[in-house]
Amino acid sequence: MANDPNTPNRIDEPTGTEFVGHEWDGIEELNTPLPRWWLWTFYATVVWALAYSVAYPAWPMLSRATEGVLGWTSRGQLMEEMGAADAAHQTVKEQLAAVDIIKWQDNPELMQKAVAGGAAAFKVNCVQCHGSGAAGSAGYPNLNDDDWLWGGDIEAIELTIKHGIRWDGDSQSRTSLMPGFDGIFSDAQVTSLVGHVRSLSGQGESNTTGAQLYADNCLACHGPAGGGDRLQGAPALNDAIWLYGSDAANIRTQILRPRHGVMPGWQDRLDPVTVKMLAAYVHSLGGGEQVPAMAPEPVTEDNVQP
Amino acid sequence: MSNPDDRPSASGTQDRWAKAVPGGGGGTAAPHTSAPRKSAPAAADQLYEKHKTVHNKRIDGPFRRFKWLVMLITLGIYYVTPWLRWDRGPYAPDQAVLIDLANRRFYMFGIEIWPHEFYFVAGLLIMAGIGLFLVTSAVGRAWCGYACPQTVWTDLFQHIDRLIDGDRNARIRLDKAPWTASKLARRLFKWSIYLAIAFATGGAWILYFADAPTLFRDFFTLQAAPVAYGTVAILTATTFALGGFMREQVCIYMCPWPRIQTAMLDEKSLIVTYKDWRGEPRGSLKKAEKNPEAFGDCIDCLQCVAVCPTGIDIREGPQIGCITCALCIDACDRVMKDIGRPRGLIDYATLDDCKAEQAGEAPRPAWKALLHPRTLVYFTIWGSIGLALLFALGTRNRTDLTVSPDRNPPFMLLRDGSVRNAYTLKLRNMEGRPRAMEIALEGLPGAVLWTDTIPQGSAARSQVVEVPADLTQTVRAYVAAPAGTGEQNFTFVLTSQDEQAESDSEETLFTAPGGQ
Repeated sequence: MANDPNTPNRIDEPTGTEFVGHEWDGIEELNTPLPRWWLWTFYATVVWALAYSVAYPAWPMLSRATEGVLGWTSRGQLMEEMGAADAAHQTVKEQLAAVDIIKWQDNPELMQKAVAGGAAAFKVNCVQCHGSGAAGSAGYPNLNDDDWLWGGDIEAIELTIKHGIRWDGDSQSRTSLMPGFDGIFSDAQVTSLVGHVRSLSGQGESNTTGAQLYADNCLACHGPAGGGDRLQGAPALNDAIWLYGSDAANIRTQILRPRHGVMPGWQDRLDPVTVKMLAAYVHSLGGGEQVPAMAPEPVTEDNVQP
Repeated sequence: MSNPDDRPSASGTQDRWAKAVPGGGGGTAAPHTSAPRKSAPAAADQLYEKHKTVHNKRIDGPFRRFKWLVMLITLGIYYVTPWLRWDRGPYAPDQAVLIDLANRRFYMFGIEIWPHEFYFVAGLLIMAGIGLFLVTSAVGRAWCGYACPQTVWTDLFQHIDRLIDGDRNARIRLDKAPWTASKLARRLFKWSIYLAIAFATGGAWILYFADAPTLFRDFFTLQAAPVAYGTVAILTATTFALGGFMREQVCIYMCPWPRIQTAMLDEKSLIVTYKDWRGEPRGSLKKAEKNPEAFGDCIDCLQCVAVCPTGIDIREGPQIGCITCALCIDACDRVMKDIGRPRGLIDYATLDDCKAEQAGEAPRPAWKALLHPRTLVYFTIWGSIGLALLFALGTRNRTDLTVSPDRNPPFMLLRDGSVRNAYTLKLRNMEGRPRAMEIALEGLPGAVLWTDTIPQGSAARSQVVEVPADLTQTVRAYVAAPAGTGEQNFTFVLTSQDEQAESDSEETLFTAPGGQ
């Protein structure tokens, strides 16, 4: 608005307002003044912006921006929010700690919270081996199905998570060692045995050599019909679920040079409530078994039968 | 004023219109505000336009009375509605109109809206929008003049001014008077009344969002939620500022609606207009008596300006500052009656009416103005949306099912070789009572169903689940099909186990090994 006082701007006839002097395709701008409060609002925003840049990190310097007199940082805010979230969870955790894990099922609301907490902990600690959907992979058990090596009720799951399996760091960790039969069985013997083992789950025909070898060497742990033994962690051989694969080659490998997966014990790394919540989550995935007191029964039956 | 150059020609109004209405074919496209008009452009370096307080004069007349009535009705609706009760049984609130944000429910008498039915609210908002177009095409800026909250509250505050400080002249005097103790006391008293009204305005607002009697009690015993106090504080502040001080500034500078409206006005729009061919040239009664031939009906008494709540001069033609409240019509009619001239020098008229009247044709009945195509088209659209909403409301289902299959893992082998898929079902019971609902499988031969609460041992083709009143129940459903079942589609059917027997179904995919 550098107006030359000697050449005043033209006036727009109908409004009596002067032109600014800008023109775009015949459209001209009028110099219509704003109301005073609008001007004040504008000044206020300028003051606000200046105050803001002093109070908060704003001006870029050589190595980093100015810090702002309020000392605010995004990291600090994150820590604060995380702390608040932890504090908010604290009540639920206390509730869960106070109630025995078996009783959780009687309280659907509590159970729901435990499962949600378990799901979060699962994503941080367990997905690396068991997968984000808990479906596992060869050598890493699927946690959705109804096949459990060491028991599928909520207490058994908790025990497994707490102490791990074949885990050196915990003396209470359970171990089962399938012996390797490499060099003990002849090639033909192994083939017969594989045929018999596959027949237990309805895959092909059995044979007498294989059946005899099974009765002599495998029955003690895996049971006469291949039902397995959860007390020893011996897998069932008569179902459709195979940790290392159900084809002949994989079964042969497992007989000759068995692989032994390791599940870490978590009691040193996670607090007891988180371990319990993880158990509740795994139990909720669809294969969880009921009533812990009854769970061992079929196992002992299986054990006694021979 | 008697400058002959200033006299509009016979087509003066037309020209002015063309200038004021964009697209009207005139030279200047932008509508201008009333405030800067005729002000001296001397101070080119002045950064702002000084606010001139409007001290509008008291007036009585048919339009003023109509405004009273509208104010009574609108304020009545606003303050009474939250207190109305509506019995919905033991599982739902008994407030007739309630926006329950915490539970995400919207109650309006017999209608309950869930979040997924928000299209009803969206439909109402669209109707409100098109309703504004409809009203504009039928009766011009009637919304601005009578029903807009800014207008209603401004009117209310201006009455307070009148009540405390007297009418126009007294108020102007007081405004100019130096700040003495008595003026300060008077001002403080008036502002405290402003504040009380503002507080009542903000206070009533929050009652729509919670049980009114409870919130009312909690509010004054300091037990209400902080957001309630915050909302009241903000609305009190805005009402105090916008109604008490900003007033017509809101209409002229802040509100986008007048600008939109200027684009919707044409020669068939009803506006408040000064009939310049009849009024001009204006002159005082004394001059006109001396020389009746040279002067029009306008005696330049400035009553139309004195009563205007936005402080404009309607004789300058249609302008953005005119909210068409018609108080100037009341004022002018009274003067015309007093001096024995026919009423309607300032009147509601369309531009076409003006042209006809100017040409000496018989005036058209007012209702005919409503029957132009644009109004009918708007009305048809508006009415169709309304009917569609009513139809949707009448036929909507109060039972709803959504199914989302687990994608990770997509399927699961069970010990016996059967294949299991998991689904998350959302069962919506939109009735205000608990209902048993049956989930059944349709298709997928041999498959059985169990849930997170019904154990696998009780697996069957269908299961019954209890769904609480007015809630969505999430159910984890497991479907197992015999070994060898291929990948295929099947359907979940949800049926309420009551006399309504409402049903909803959703087709979904059963994933199996070997598929894809």
